[in-house]
Amino acid sequence: MFIGEVVGNVWGQYKHPVLDGKKLLLVRPIDPMTEKPVGEAVMAVDGGFGAGPGSIVLVLDEGGSARGILCAKDAPVRTVICGIVDKASVGGRDKHYA
Amino acid sequence: MRPARILGRVFSTRQVPTLEGKRLLLIQPVSWEDGKERGDPIVAADACGSGSSEFVYWVAARDAAFAFPDQPPVDASVVGIIEGHQAGDFREHVHR
Repeated sequence: MFIGEVVGNVWGQYKHPVLDGKKLLLVRPIDPMTEKPVGEAVMAVDGGFGAGPGSIVLVLDEGGSARGILCAKDAPVRTVICGIVDKASVGGRDKHYA
Repeated sequence: MRPARILGRVFSTRQVPTLEGKRLLLIQPVSWEDGKERGDPIVAADACGSGSSEFVYWVAARDAAFAFPDQPPVDASVVGIIEGHQAGDFREHVHR
């Protein structure tokens, strides 16, 4: 799993039936303490936690568990938003996110 | 899941039986944020009826096989057509 910031969204009519009605968000991995980007943005399926642009989220990048979260045992997905980050703590310093 | 531009199609007559009837596409992976090419073109199976020069998103590895009910031996599948997306500065990129 990694921590990322939601930086956008994706829309389109034609997609795999499993993705119908799912929110598709772009997430850029960040360093939780400095909020600096540490990689390239990926598209993630919203796991139903109400994440939107600007949210700091916990992202799962593994297919088997992603299918478990979406309750779809044959979904061609790999990256899913599985939580919203409230706080990160490194070396005794806390970083709070609204 | 990452975006790509479809370059063309790939045809094959002698192939694994479960690949029969699957449309194979040659796709160029690109970046969500600047639209620039990322890596070399790859061959992906089509699961959403996409066609030439369309902007699509695709899944890699084991998860690509789940795009089809019979789980063929593919390592990349196109699972959706991108009509538009927003990234970074929330400007709109409309592709269709």
